[in-house]
Amino acid sequence: MDTDTAAVEIRRSIIRAAGGPKGAHVGGSLSCADILAVLHFDVMGERDTFILSKGHAAPALYATLAVRGLLEAEELDTYARPGSRLFGHPRQGIPGVAFPTGSLGHGLGLAIGTALGERLDGGTGRVYVLLGDGELQEGSVWEAAMYAGTRGLDNLVAVVDRNSLQITGSTEERAGLEPLAGRFAAFGWETRDVDGHDTCALSAAARGPAQRRPLAVIARTVKGSGVPFLEGKTSSHYATLRPELVRRALTAVEARRPT
Amino acid sequence: MTTTPPDHAAPGTDPRAAYRDALLRLAEHDERVLCLDSDTGGLENTFGARFPDRYLNVGIAEANMLSVASGLAARGYRPYVHTMATFATTRAAEQLKLDVVGNALPVGVVATHSGLSATHLGTTHYALEDLAVVRALAEMTVVVPASGAEVGPALHAAHRRPGPTYLRLGRSATPDIRPEDAGFELGSAATLRSGTDATVIAMGPYPVLMALEAAHALAWEGVSCRVLQVHTLVPLDTAAVLAAARTTAGIVTVEEHRPQGGLGDAVAATVSAEHPLPHRRVAVTGEVGVVVQEHREALEAADVSAAAIRTAVAHVIETGRGNRHDWPTLG
Repeated sequence: MDTDTAAVEIRRSIIRAAGGPKGAHVGGSLSCADILAVLHFDVMGERDTFILSKGHAAPALYATLAVRGLLEAEELDTYARPGSRLFGHPRQGIPGVAFPTGSLGHGLGLAIGTALGERLDGGTGRVYVLLGDGELQEGSVWEAAMYAGTRGLDNLVAVVDRNSLQITGSTEERAGLEPLAGRFAAFGWETRDVDGHDTCALSAAARGPAQRRPLAVIARTVKGSGVPFLEGKTSSHYATLRPELVRRALTAVEARRPT
Repeated sequence: MTTTPPDHAAPGTDPRAAYRDALLRLAEHDERVLCLDSDTGGLENTFGARFPDRYLNVGIAEANMLSVASGLAARGYRPYVHTMATFATTRAAEQLKLDVVGNALPVGVVATHSGLSATHLGTTHYALEDLAVVRALAEMTVVVPASGAEVGPALHAAHRRPGPTYLRLGRSATPDIRPEDAGFELGSAATLRSGTDATVIAMGPYPVLMALEAAHALAWEGVSCRVLQVHTLVPLDTAAVLAAARTTAGIVTVEEHRPQGGLGDAVAATVSAEHPLPHRRVAVTGEVGVVVQEHREALEAADVSAAAIRTAVAHVIETGRGNRHDWPTLG
């Protein structure tokens, strides 16, 4: 499937999840829909590993795994409903889920261990980890960043979903992250700063070879991306969409389907 | 069976040195073994010199070390992480819970400076709650050797088990309780001294030594005291604990930890469900680390002493007499 079509399918599933009885982390799932589509349907190969550090984007991950055929599409409709294994944060045992995540600040360290293991095995696979930007306020992320830079882990790619919003407002008003690329660079990483909804730019940025350095892709995104009434709104962080809003959102997303 | 307490002035095996040697031997036999270090010193010239590719010093970053170890273990490696007990548990508790135990990964957490063993370094370096943390995580093998001589056998035995292990070591040498060739069976409590009146269940270097001393002294007063050494806190040898409950008047537990969440709680949970009887806990109480003391002296000031054990034994026998009539009279 081409990445733009995959992104539409992922957004559709996110919206359906948010239309369920418990709602969903819709804003931060939509903001990374294009990133997931590019990584899973363009950049990553069979030997590569994906780790979702921002575990609250589980609806986006489940949707991706369903498009990849690792989950049944019907199962997505069970999201957060009693009896379902599809919790609001991914748990172990779900096909395609490398580690349970959602407690923020764990994914980069787990990715480093996986990348070191790949290196020790003599393998050529890469490890892709998707981080949230608010998550970067956790100290353990920088413990990990420091170590990955020092070790020159050139089989590690961290993509930051830089939507600039957290639950209570702007990341820059809480504990500011800019200059974000500069911070990773200062820790010994190669960095690329791109429009996180430009799938071509993302594809080029995430696959580029980093010479003896890990790669951080700062993907500038819009929270709630693809659904105008959610875009750039803090309130999109966690929302339950009424049926009428689900219809409006699906229409908006469908308009982006490649013809 | 009677084990006489060793002379507590006699030098024992250094537990950290024993661990470094044991890990090297393990790594020679199992190429999956990796050593992860958080800049603790000592491993870079031993494991790091022998296996430079398998020695990863992540710096002073315990949370990241546990996440990295989990990633490696998920790929089939057997990482051993090395840090102080307090940092492995209360500092990096969530990484331990979610990344290591949550994924049931075979990460060995080698936790040094346990209890009050870092006496002179001060209260920030004491670990008196670590066992409560790892017991609460449930799916972790928890091993507490009673001396440096047990460290090697404990590490090798734990390596054969699946899933994560917590190996709790002291900072410095304490008297060797048992010779290294005495046999070490993970999950089995060792009867160091037979007895019929009360049972002292002890865990860790000085608690076991003090239990032997107390039992030795009590024997002169006509009290027959069993001493059971627990080196595997999880899984606990419940059969040995229940046998003690059924055949002696009461139980005293001794540990280098706060009373909450450690050996005393584990034993209490076992006996209260199956065979309730008087039980007193000798554990670290009160304020610690006010002035610099020697390790044993600091424990004694915190109410972990042979004298405290003797008092507790007398108390459980006295309490147990209410229901049973064949126990000796003390004093």
